[in-house]
Amino acid sequence: MVMKMDLGNWSAAGNAAEAGDKPLAIEARGLIKRFDGFTAVDGIDLTVEEGAIYGILGPNGAGKTTTLRMLLGIIDPDKGVRRVLGHDSPHEVAHAIGYLPEERGLYPAMRAYEAIAFVGALRGLPLAEGRRRARLLLEEHGLGFAADRQIRQLSKGMAQQVQILGTLVHKPRLVVFDEPFSGLDALNQGRLERMMRSLAEAGTTVIFSTHVIAHAERLCDEVAIIAGGKVPFAGPVDVARDRIRPQVRLETRMQDGEWRRALPADARREGNFWYFSLPESGVEPLLRALIEGEAGILSLSIERAGLHDAFVAIAGEAAAKALEEDTPEEERQ
Amino acid sequence: MTGKNSNGRLSTLAAALVVARRDFTAILFSRSFFFFLLGPLFPVIVGIMAGGIGQRAQESSERPELGVAMQAADVDAMLAARDTLEPRLGHILPELVVIKRLSPGESFDPHKALAERRHQVAAVLSGNLQTPILSGSVGRISDWQGPVSMLAAQAQGNAPRDYPQVTLSASAVSKARDRRGQFMTAQAGQTLLFLLTMLLAGMVLSNLVEEKANKIIEVLAAAIPMDAVFLGKLFAMLAVSLVGVGVWGLAGGAIALAVGHALPELTTPAVGWPLFLGMGVIYFSMGYLLLGSVFLAIGSMATTVREVQTLSMPVTMMQLMVFFLASYAMTQPGSPVELFAVSFPFSSPFAMLARAAQDTALWPHLAAIAWQVLCVVIFVRIGAKLFRTRVMKSGSAGNPRSRKGFFSRLKPARA
Repeated sequence: MVMKMDLGNWSAAGNAAEAGDKPLAIEARGLIKRFDGFTAVDGIDLTVEEGAIYGILGPNGAGKTTTLRMLLGIIDPDKGVRRVLGHDSPHEVAHAIGYLPEERGLYPAMRAYEAIAFVGALRGLPLAEGRRRARLLLEEHGLGFAADRQIRQLSKGMAQQVQILGTLVHKPRLVVFDEPFSGLDALNQGRLERMMRSLAEAGTTVIFSTHVIAHAERLCDEVAIIAGGKVPFAGPVDVARDRIRPQVRLETRMQDGEWRRALPADARREGNFWYFSLPESGVEPLLRALIEGEAGILSLSIERAGLHDAFVAIAGEAAAKALEEDTPEEERQ
Repeated sequence: MTGKNSNGRLSTLAAALVVARRDFTAILFSRSFFFFLLGPLFPVIVGIMAGGIGQRAQESSERPELGVAMQAADVDAMLAARDTLEPRLGHILPELVVIKRLSPGESFDPHKALAERRHQVAAVLSGNLQTPILSGSVGRISDWQGPVSMLAAQAQGNAPRDYPQVTLSASAVSKARDRRGQFMTAQAGQTLLFLLTMLLAGMVLSNLVEEKANKIIEVLAAAIPMDAVFLGKLFAMLAVSLVGVGVWGLAGGAIALAVGHALPELTTPAVGWPLFLGMGVIYFSMGYLLLGSVFLAIGSMATTVREVQTLSMPVTMMQLMVFFLASYAMTQPGSPVELFAVSFPFSSPFAMLARAAQDTALWPHLAAIAWQVLCVVIFVRIGAKLFRTRVMKSGSAGNPRSRKGFFSRLKPARA
């Protein structure tokens, strides 16, 4: 298992040894954060192995940003402990962390390469080296022509790319993106996905929050589903999908007969088709019963549930509805 | 020195310098800094020009003159010496007015003559050419000591390097005038300090609000301790302010050179000009750091200029009260009011600068500066703590629907 994120059961969630052989990038226990009586994060345990791509999936207001801010040391938890890259205080390893906040921010009057170098300098990278790397990064990402332009002269997408490069200029071991796809067009979303994959391939741990299921489904080794400050599920994407029984679509020649006993109680009929969840006993007993009951099978398909269906089942209809409302049409791909 | 700890992260001071360097260069090369520099110059230039014109008019009728009461031969020699030097040094030589040509053996009391004010003279020259005595106010006789020595040397027909020693004798009336003059100097110093402090502390606020508007504060907060952000901003603005003060000082000096005697003169402060100016810089820095830390803490809670104005209003009013307190305390030296003004951190820089203009004692300044440094450390720590706990709660991160106003922004982003 690459990562575990469970509620209030640290011993069950496992420690570094249980989590796997790789060293842990993130290790947090029972994180709680309250603001003026409101509990934003309600006891989160978290372990992330180095080199993983990990997604935190949930609607706005679920506690994603607060969780990330606690992990990065921007705010301190009211309760619980955290270890980031082996250090109790995230600021002790600030030089090894890159962070892209949800609210993008750059100094409008700064030149693109200076902006990148400045973010690097904040992480301990000498300014001269930061400037050199900034120009290289901009060239590599097709923005070399904009290196000397002021941020205010760049398009929104280009400015976002500059900030992402600033997040990476000091070659961090852990990169945290808060809603990284927000505001990017499809082309740049694709570029960012490729960049995240290549970072993970190079051994960098990538954690990102999103309210777009498709991104989490495509990118992540594991996800944590977060709603109302709690985490009802954390684990591999496949395990999340397996929370829902596969859906069966059956077409028969016969309308009725002994074979109907093989169908579960929730089976519904639409024309010649029957739709129902695959029984726990599996597909073989079902097939046998249909054949022996002379159903006259014309077609039978079994579809595995998507992450969206899993999210609905795990987080509930309300959270799923909030997630959909938060997601602009262009981001739902 | 790399400024990094053993584990590779930046120390708080090094991180503060990264922020300070960015802020300093950004502000220095911004258009707003140019206008910031020009802003105070307009009223000053207008004031100086108006003052200069007025003074020129006044000078024609009331140009300060040096009364001469010496033996008749010495008087004539002095008048002749002045006529000789007039073409080359006329602008620095005092006008001479003969008060009395003394007979041999006749005595003369210059202080009595000054007190009776029968002659419109600023000082009186008595004695003889070998040992001239200059009586009058401390500032005036100090200014005229050199020219009088030069005149006496010329009157004796000596070589230019053989100047007689001029004996200075400050009059009681003039001492009172000096005290009044020093009071004016203290007032001027206090007012200038107050205006500068307010102007620059206001700039700190605008800078922080701009930072939050640029939404970069979270990038800073994630990378370095908030204390470093806070300190960096204070350092940057202090450096910017000192550049501003330097530019204004140079501009003032240039204007003074250009306008010359038309500039209104301030009485030499009790500790002397060099020390007074040095203390001015120190007290300005202390006053700015104290007020800046308060304003920065306020700025961390606000997101718009309007909110900043609303929040900073009480502080501005408090600062005005403090200024009035320090001004009042200046008129009550040694009283409990002055002691309070000197001890209260926010009024201490103002009260002590006024003291420097009026009192020669230096040890109270050492004690006051030590106290102010301690207060600066305490205030910066408190300010940084507030800044750290508040700054990430007042942003608009997270759900935009939650952006309802200042008080709702005090709550966290609930993403």
